[in-house]
Amino acid sequence: MNPEQGIVLDYALKGGDFDTAGEASSKIKRILQQIGVRSDVIRRIAISSYEAEMNVIIHAYSGVLKASIYPDRTELVVEDEGPGIADIDLAMQEGYSTAPDHIREMGFGAGMGLPNMARCSDEFSINSVAGEGTKIKILIRHS
Amino acid sequence: MSEYFHSVRLTPERCKGCVNCIKRCPTEAIRIRGGKARITEARCIDCGECIRRCVNRAKTAVTDSLGDLKNYEYNVALPAPSLYSQFSADVPANVVLCGLMQLGFDEVFEVALGAEIVSDATVEYLKRPEAKKPAISSACPAVVRLVQVKFPELIDNLIPLEAPVEVAARLVRGIRCRELGIAPEAIGVWFITPCPAKMTAVKQPLGAEKSSVTGAIGISQIYGDLLKAVAAVPRDANCQRATARGVGWALSGGETAAATAANSLVVDEIHNVSEVLEQVALGKIKVDFIEALACSGGCIGGPLMVENRFVAEHRMQQRLARMRAEDEAHGAAPAKYHSDSSLTEYDRTIEPRPIMRLDEDIFRAMYKVEQMEKTLKKLPGLDCGSCGSPNCKALAEDIVQGEAVETDCIFKLRERVRDLAQEMVGLAAKLPPSLEEREES
Ligand code: SF4
Ligand code: SF4
Repeated sequence: MNPEQGIVLDYALKGGDFDTAGEASSKIKRILQQIGVRSDVIRRIAISSYEAEMNVIIHAYSGVLKASIYPDRTELVVEDEGPGIADIDLAMQEGYSTAPDHIREMGFGAGMGLPNMARCSDEFSINSVAGEGTKIKILIRHS
Repeated sequence: MSEYFHSVRLTPERCKGCVNCIKRCPTEAIRIRGGKARITEARCIDCGECIRRCVNRAKTAVTDSLGDLKNYEYNVALPAPSLYSQFSADVPANVVLCGLMQLGFDEVFEVALGAEIVSDATVEYLKRPEAKKPAISSACPAVVRLVQVKFPELIDNLIPLEAPVEVAARLVRGIRCRELGIAPEAIGVWFITPCPAKMTAVKQPLGAEKSSVTGAIGISQIYGDLLKAVAAVPRDANCQRATARGVGWALSGGETAAATAANSLVVDEIHNVSEVLEQVALGKIKVDFIEALACSGGCIGGPLMVENRFVAEHRMQQRLARMRAEDEAHGAAPAKYHSDSSLTEYDRTIEPRPIMRLDEDIFRAMYKVEQMEKTLKKLPGLDCGSCGSPNCKALAEDIVQGEAVETDCIFKLRERVRDLAQEMVGLAAKLPPSLEEREES
């Protein structure tokens, strides 16, 4: 197998769909386990993809989570159509959240999503246009 | 001898190849092959779920028996706290214990006492700054094994303390060796166990290099004899040591109460445990302590119990209420061994036992994942289990691993048969007319 050929997984996400919340990330996790990636690395990827998935479900109308798994790294790209993030620096601060009260009461949206993703990843970038949507790219190396 | 000892076994003559067990195994360890269930040893955590599910009683737990006592000079019974739940609360604990003596033991020593010691050690452990939170109790060996095979990333969260039975065994073995002047090998220390997981833990210890427990005898195995013996015990006999705090470990939540862990979460039943650990791995559960037990309701729901789990729970609650009142009246003082940390010390690290990986070589593993995903798309997605694998995903995995073929799926087989039949019809139409047909025309 060519090292630049990876396994690409695509998941469509729907805002407000808590029934399937977390499914995409647990599928990604299972595949990483089957490939035999180190368990501490899997954990970081699982946390990032879970937070990314939940962000779309909590804040956006719809989105796509794409995971590209290579032998040496995993790349996650999450793109959503939603309200976007007005102030990214602020959103990157721990504890800052724009999640509405009813979501927070469920224990989600504690304002840890973005900082958590950033902490778990080796490379992290975020682009957002208010009123249009957000695109997050995450890279995590396997070693 | 295989790499792993397992208490849970199959009696092939009784197995009908129904799919009850494969669907409930939390680690997907069972397959039906050649009409019989087969357990993949590396995956089995000895939770005993398949024993509960098997309607044909083909799954059993191998434990030791009372006959094994004759090989030792001095025999000690270590009854699990859950043993009391098999008796009405009107039968005092000391009567149950003395009944046990009558089965051929020289002494009984309650595991509940070990539980008290572990509770104290847990309180101390949770205070340590280096303790990884959430700290997960390692008292249930099936849960520890579940972490090893399915959640290797949580191994450091397991509390590095011995289980109560091991602590009780170390304690009594040490005392008797000194007092009686007999060699440690001549003392038989027998756990009276509610589950096969504990039997496996004795034969293949999780932490300690070598277990201080000689063997384990299933509660269901001695229950009949014990009932008779209990009836004949003089009611004033006494060999009880533990308090309600230790005995309470028999129920789910008892350990948490005994360790007075404030910010804690209690979960029982192995599939529930699996779901909670999934969330812990995602960093979603912010608690200090997690008590996780493989059996519904805790050890009173163990697979080797006789009494219905809810009846057992009720009886245990009643007994505990009475014991608490008595403990208070007597001003039960904590036993003197409680601060001896050598009793609870873990002396080996718990290794991960990853079972998911498809191949040692990452490139081949990735290739297999791709093949698997393709195969899975072709399967009907009914998860019926008729193929002998627990669900379509598992069959896809078995196919890429060369352990099954696509036509093991009965729907795939049906398609193939239909295609073949159609082909036959097609071929038949192309046949030249037969001799009779020719003459008629
Ligand atoms: S004991 Fe538990 S893990 Fe082992 S085969 Fe049975 S159900 Fe599966
Ligand atoms: S909950 Fe108790 S009885 Fe059940 S497997 Fe664990 S230790 Fe054994």
